Amino acid sequence: MKAKIIITPKKAVLDPQGKTVQTALAQMGYTGIADVHIGKYIEIDLAPGTDKAMAQKMLNDAAHRLLSNPVIEDYKLELE
Amino acid sequence: MNFAVLQFPASNCDQDAVHAARLLGHSARLVWHKDAALGDADIVIVPGGFSYGDYLRCGAIARFSPVMQAVKQFADNGGLVLGIRNGFQVLTEAGLLRGALIRNRDLQFHCEFIHLKTATTKSPFSRRIPAGKLLRVPIAHGEGCYFADADTLAALERNDQILWQYCDAAGNVTDSANPNGALQNIAGICNERRNVAGLMPHPERAC
Repeated sequence: MKAKIIITPKKAVLDPQGKTVQTALAQMGYTGIADVHIGKYIEIDLAPGTDKAMAQKMLNDAAHRLLSNPVIEDYKLELE
Repeated sequence: MNFAVLQFPASNCDQDAVHAARLLGHSARLVWHKDAALGDADIVIVPGGFSYGDYLRCGAIARFSPVMQAVKQFADNGGLVLGIRNGFQVLTEAGLLRGALIRNRDLQFHCEFIHLKTATTKSPFSRRIPAGKLLRVPIAHGEGCYFADADTLAALERNDQILWQYCDAAGNVTDSANPNGALQNIAGICNERRNVAGLMPHPERAC
């Protein structure tokens, strides 16, 4: 089983990286891009036989305490 | 006073902090990040640097080190804790100070002298700064833009927890004097109990 955690800056937080990339895309001629947000992607391999519900609970806890900073970031956890 | 200066892998302002404390007539020693005790410390300095390589987020890993558990307990008992630059980031990640430090708004690392206005002398960290005196202190950081949500900012103001703000040479708190985009030009804050403080500039390099 694999866990995928996508971390993005909260909308209210200044995202200078996203803004810079947005400007670059516009300069390259790509149109219709309203906003760019740059975050992080973390992939975690779980040991065979791990209980999905337990893993979900554990990784939500880990994402909240370490993998993301709830003051400035949101995260999305996917298990597959 | 006895200063305990923490030392994480990739701390790089730890020796400066020890030097500054001794220069001011205090005793100071380094405490390794794996130590779980602070001994006879009267004040803990969480120094600048790139603790644990700044992996994941600045200060995110340092927060879980054994020594930080001791620092939390020390702070809970009213002990004085000062975080400088990466130390400020560590203290926000640890929840000892509110808000967060994010990437400078221009994405550049700033290494320069700035002016600081002391917003309140009601803290053990700022009480001996003469009223109206501006401080000229160096900064050296890439992720020093202070951010907090509107409720937190309002609470910091209401409780007089903003200690230092970036200003120009005349003491005006302006956007052009803000090196990193910090909300309300915030350079340093303290907790509600006023025994824990953090700031991005380097007072130890100005001794």
